[in-house]
Parts: sequence; C-alpha cells; structure tokens
Amino acid sequence: MKTFLDRIMAEADYQPFRLLGMLRAVQAEYRHIPTEAIEILADRLNIPRTQIIAVAEFYSFLHLTPQGRYDILISDSITDRMLNKENLINYLAHVLRVKVGEVRSDQLVSLNNTSCTGMCDQGPAGLINGRPITRLDRPKIDQIATLIEQQIPLADWPEELFQVEEKIHKRGLLLNQPWQNGDALKATFVRGLPETLTEVDVSNLRGRGGAGFKTAIKWRTCSQQAATPRYVICNADEGEPGTFKDRMLLDLYADQVFEGMTLCAAIIGSDQGLVYLRAEYLFLYDKLQSVLQQRRELGLLGSNILGREGFNFDIEIRMGAGAYICGEASAQIESLEGKPGIPRTKPPNSVMCGYQRKPTVVDNVETYLATAHIAIQGGQWFAGVGTAQSTGSKLLSISGDCARPGIYEYPFGTRIRDILLDCGADEVMGVQVGGPSGTFISNRELDRVLAFEDLSSAGSFMVFNNTRNLFDIAQNFTDFFAHESCGFCAPCRVGTSLLKQQLHKIIDGHGSAADLEELSELCLVVKTNSHCGLGESAANPILTTLASYPDQYLKQLKHKEFSPGFNLDATLNVARRMAERDDPGAHLTQVEN
Amino acid sequence: MSGTLTIDGQIIPFNDGQTIIEAARTAGVYIPHLCHRPGYSPHGSCKLCTVFVNGRQCSACTFPAADGQTVISTNEEMQHDRLRITQMLFVEGNHFCPSCEKSGNCQLQGVAYHLNMLDNHFPHFYAQREMDASHPDILIDHNRCIFCNLCVRASREKDGKDVFAIAGRGINKRLIINSPSGKLKDSDISVEDCAAHVCPTGAILIKHTGYQVPIGERIYDHHPISQVACDTEADHG
Repeated sequence: MKTFLDRIMAEADYQPFRLLGMLRAVQAEYRHIPTEAIEILADRLNIPRTQIIAVAEFYSFLHLTPQGRYDILISDSITDRMLNKENLINYLAHVLRVKVGEVRSDQLVSLNNTSCTGMCDQGPAGLINGRPITRLDRPKIDQIATLIEQQIPLADWPEELFQVEEKIHKRGLLLNQPWQNGDALKATFVRGLPETLTEVDVSNLRGRGGAGFKTAIKWRTCSQQAATPRYVICNADEGEPGTFKDRMLLDLYADQVFEGMTLCAAIIGSDQGLVYLRAEYLFLYDKLQSVLQQRRELGLLGSNILGREGFNFDIEIRMGAGAYICGEASAQIESLEGKPGIPRTKPPNSVMCGYQRKPTVVDNVETYLATAHIAIQGGQWFAGVGTAQSTGSKLLSISGDCARPGIYEYPFGTRIRDILLDCGADEVMGVQVGGPSGTFISNRELDRVLAFEDLSSAGSFMVFNNTRNLFDIAQNFTDFFAHESCGFCAPCRVGTSLLKQQLHKIIDGHGSAADLEELSELCLVVKTNSHCGLGESAANPILTTLASYPDQYLKQLKHKEFSPGFNLDATLNVARRMAERDDPGAHLTQVEN
Repeated sequence: MSGTLTIDGQIIPFNDGQTIIEAARTAGVYIPHLCHRPGYSPHGSCKLCTVFVNGRQCSACTFPAADGQTVISTNEEMQHDRLRITQMLFVEGNHFCPSCEKSGNCQLQGVAYHLNMLDNHFPHFYAQREMDASHPDILIDHNRCIFCNLCVRASREKDGKDVFAIAGRGINKRLIINSPSGKLKDSDISVEDCAAHVCPTGAILIKHTGYQVPIGERIYDHHPISQVACDTEADHG
C-alpha cells in the first residue's frame, strides 16, 4: 500500500488540496479508504487524519468500508423511477443476490441508489465502477449479472453497454453557430481585451448555472482585484436532477467551452484554469484530456497563446466525488482545496477571495461556451435574442413523459406550451422547470415563459403526464435534498430531514389539517434561514406542488383533528428486531378507528 | 471604517472590523447565538443570529458592521424562527436536561429559556450516539453535540492542536477525534485546553467536577442569557 500511496502522492505533488483526487485513487484501488491509508496520507501530507475522514464521509463515492469489486449505483431520479427503476433495482438485487445498500458477503458486488447521474434522457441509468450504464432493462441486467458472476473485468465488457447517446433535437443561437478553433481568441485579441469585456457586458449574458448573475460584472470585478494569481473555474458539476446539457456540451462542444475559459483568462489576467467535473461524468475525462492536449499542440493553451507574448494559460480537470452541493461555487472551491464541500460564508465573494483565497471566476459550462461566441459575434448579436432581462438562448435537458427526450435550445421568453409541443408531450399534468430546486407548474400555467424573470432553469426540464402521482414527485425531490444537505447549518441539516418526515407522514395518510399547516410553516423556516441555495430551495418541491394542486394534498389528509406526531408502528422496530418477529401480529395500525 | 448602525431602531457605534454581533454586544444588545463566541473566528452555522441587514437576511456573527446599516434583529417572525431552529437542535440530538450535568450552565438551555421554548415541537430523531469516557479528565457525550464547531476552532486556534473535526454529511454529521483509535484518551487534548471548556452544551464535560455548584444556583437559573452574554466579556459567548 505504501508504494501505491507514494506514487499517487508524488503525482499530486504532495499538495493537500489535491486530497480528493488522491482519495478517489485510493477508493478505486482498495474499494474503500483503509485506515492505514488515512494514517499514511495524514502523515506524509502533514494534515490531520480527521480532515481525511471528514472528506471520505462527505462524498457519496468514497467509503470507509469496502464496496464490492463491482460497485453498482442506480440513479434514483424521479424520471428513472417513472421508467420502472424501482422494479429493476429489485430485480438486480434478486439476480445478484445482494440487498440494496449492501455489499454481498463474497465482496464481489455492491448495490445502492445514487442521486441523478445525468442520463435522464436515456434512463433508467446507473454506474458500474463509475462507468455509465443507460436504458437498463431486464435483458441488460441479466447480461450484467452474468458478466459479474464470471468476474469478467469491466474493461472487457461489451462496449455497447456503456454507450451514451447525445440527442440534440433543436439547435438555436449557440448550437447553430459555425466554429473554428481559435476564432474566439483571435477575435478577442483583434478587438482588445477591455473591448471584448464590453461586448460581454452588452450581451447582458447571465450565468447559466442557475443563479443568473451577470457574467461581465463577475469578470470585471475579478480583473480589478489586486491579488494574484487569479483563477478561472469551469463548473461542470451539473448535479441538478434532470440536467444533462453540460454532459452534451463537454462531449461534443468541449473546444468552445475551453476557448471561453481561455478568453476569460485573458480578460481577468489568469494563468490557471480548472474544470470541476462531476464524478458521474468520469467517462468524459479521457476525451476532455485529449481535447486539451490537442489545444496545447495548436497553441491555444500553454505559453504565449496564439503567439501573444506573455499570455500563458492552461486547464486542469479535477473530478468530484458525488456531492450535489459542490455545484455551489464556494462549496466547489472548498472541494477543489481538498475539503468537504461546505459553502463558504459570504462576504467575501469568490470573485474576490476564491480558490486558494485568490480572485476566482466560477462559471457554468454553457456560460463559457456563450462567451466564446459573443467574442466572435459581438454583444448585440446575443442581446438581440430573448427578453430584455434574459438575453440569448438557453439549453434545456428535457426528460420525463415526452416522445423525444434530449437537448433543446430555445431563445429566452419561449412559452412552456411551445416547448412541450416540440418534445411531444401530451396529457401533461405538470412540468418541473429547473429541477427540484426550481419550480413545479401545473397544466394551467403552460403559458408562462422560460426566463430568469418568470421560470428560471439551469437546464432541467421534466415533464409529467396525467398518470403520474404528484406525491411521488414531491417526495423524490424532498428526499433528494435531505440526502444532499451538507449539514453545515442547523435549519437545513435538521430541517430537510424534518421536511422529509412530515411529507411522508401526509403521503402515508397519517396527516391531519394541522400537519399540513405545520409542513408549510416548516418550509418557510428552512427556506428563509438556511446558509446557502440548497437550503433556500429545499422546500420548493413541496411549496410549488402544494401551490399547484392544493386539493390533492387536502384529499390526502385524515379528517381528524389530531394525529400522533410519530409513527406508532415504526417505534416497534427495535422490539421486533429483538424478538425476531415480523409477522402481522407484531405490527400496529397507526390509529385504531 | 467605523461609524454607527441601528439595531431595532437603537443607534449603535462600531469599530473597524467588527461584525454586527460584536458591535451589538459591546452596546449591550443581545442577539441569540450558539456557534458564536467572542474571540473565536466566526462560523455562522447555527443561524440563530440571523438578522435583516438593509432588508437582506444575514448571520450577524459573520456579517461585517458598516456605517448606516439598518439591522432588524427582533420581531415576532424572527423570534419564531429562532424558536423553531432551537427546537430542531433539541430533537436532532438527545437532550435530557434534568439528567445533564450542564443544566443551568447550558447555553442551548439558556437560549431555549430566552425564546420561551415550552416543548420540542418536532418529532425526535432518537439518534444513536455514543459516549466517549476514555479520557481520564474529559468526557464526551455525543448525544448533546449541536455541531457548533467551537471545540474544533478552540483546539485549532487557541490550543494550537487539531483534536476535533466534524465529519459526515447532512443529518449524519458527527464530531470526530483526531487520534489513531478515534478515542479522546489517545488524542493530545489536555484538561487545560480551551477546547475542553468551550462547549456551549453538555457534550464536552470535565470529569471530577460535577455538581460542585448545585442545580438551582447556576448561571441561567438566576440570569437570562441575554444579560449574561453581554455582561461577561471573555468567559461567555
């Protein structure tokens, strides 16, 4: 083990901020982070062992106990569930003789749920030792089970099992643009750096990751900071369930994204870029590395880029390890520094005090791609599309109940009704715009539009038809937030779990009118008091489904004035376990009528 | 940068570099808090000190005071939210005040009195947490930990050690000890350390000193936390 650790520490230059990458390597090699490895790493990197344990426990893809040699994770997003995921994971558990959430006794295989893997257009999906498996069905599961039982190395599995398909159904402003590598940089140098920043300003481009902060302000503020070095970070941690447009962009348009980062570097005066790639997109890693290598060979990265004396910039890809919260810029920076992804306290903002406490621009994949085209076409070209407050176009990842799931590009201001028509959705009950942290709208609100000032989306767009159960949606999303809460602040740490309990109580038919009131009140406490955007939006699934279909919630209530605050039957769990009984006589109904 | 700000209409001076909560305390204005303590780097995780600054919600313990700020710290809605957050902390762990040695000296309890908390409101989690009684002088009862991070900061910033850290995610957070066995006895903590004395609840207790002051004669038995917090400069947050 020592030799292995020495090698990975040497590769990481013994820098503690590369801890996450080192732990990923240890996990891949030993299927967990052994205590011995923690001790050696702590000693050699000169960091407390508690930091390593804290990181290992924070990220879903790191474990302190060994996982199976074939570690299977099944995406538990609502759209996977709508495609029969629950049934399939049970089947998988059955054929592989392993329980969900457990490691088989021979340690050959482990099986668990995971948050959305970014394959909602081709679900039900999952990951095997980090490699994506899409369109799961029983024949595919049988095939996988056979390969595992025969202990065939993953590298020798049929390639078609790992196929990821990129389906673009509608191209607009950005995806229709012709592209030649280097054009955006040449245009930037010809026009001048301040002038190009002015064009970004004129374009009125707002960040595509969700928050919608104006890009030019961010870049300008960063460029005006005295401190150096400055950093350019590309947030490729699209963890919002239902989003996969960044996957497609990195798969097919990586050059344009990297060029956007490079021109940002020129403008803010940076020589190092980082891409924080979500762990679920490991399959893109090698491809992106070769794109970077090619760009170095073309003189588009490295020293004296395109012959411009003194303009040096390179990009490094760093992997995440399974934590939705790391999509938040300051949490992402913490993660890049080898720590648990806990959002920082603001002020100071990351633009002034970001990575390594230096000025840092963190922007979304799509934002960088847009800036590359704005550099070529000019700000007016972009600002002429969309609405006054939301200029340009937006890429949507459409999934759920529609004939043509995939990628669509729309000018801002497009009506939801028109989008549904394009993707072939009918009998619509509701649409989740912007993922769980966004807004659920009912079929009475389809004339609302895609825009920061109306329905904002970082890319997720999930369609639900009339056969779907509203509570399945609210419950899946609420459970998601409780699972992904970083636990830093009390209202989110405890509140998201309380929301989960309280919603389940109502859905299970044990709620009274007072419980619904209690639920709404709790939503507001969590929403208004949490430390970051996760907590602020964790109650949105309940609040927006309740606003859309209050009658459904009311129907779910027991018309009793009082209902016990806890689950009577669940309290008997310990007694049942001790008595080794699970027969009907050992269960209680909630309230005797 | 110094000047004045107003908190609930009261004009309060501040000095360069002070946070809102520090300025308030100097002026004798109490803003409820648990993870904050004067002289420690701010953390901003308990969210009890959430105030409105020029209409925007901020943690008073992390937000810098600035000239002309209008701060709203107390209204019915905010006190209600503070009550709910305190109740969350009570149901998250296992807090049995009548059997706790810290009763009467416990800040969690003091804040609960201040907010007139009469019940736990939420269903209990009944978390399975353990005790670490391995150290000869110091006891850890994880049932009472509220993840305020004060012991972590005390050990790092005051004692020059790194005895504590908070691991886990979400509701599965846990306080961990920096020692090969994970037990306190194998760490380099000593009973003189700030980290051994900083806990606002009864999660970290000093052995052999229990009940020297009888219950009924302790700090919050006679003085509200709002007064104690402003009067006692160094010993108390």
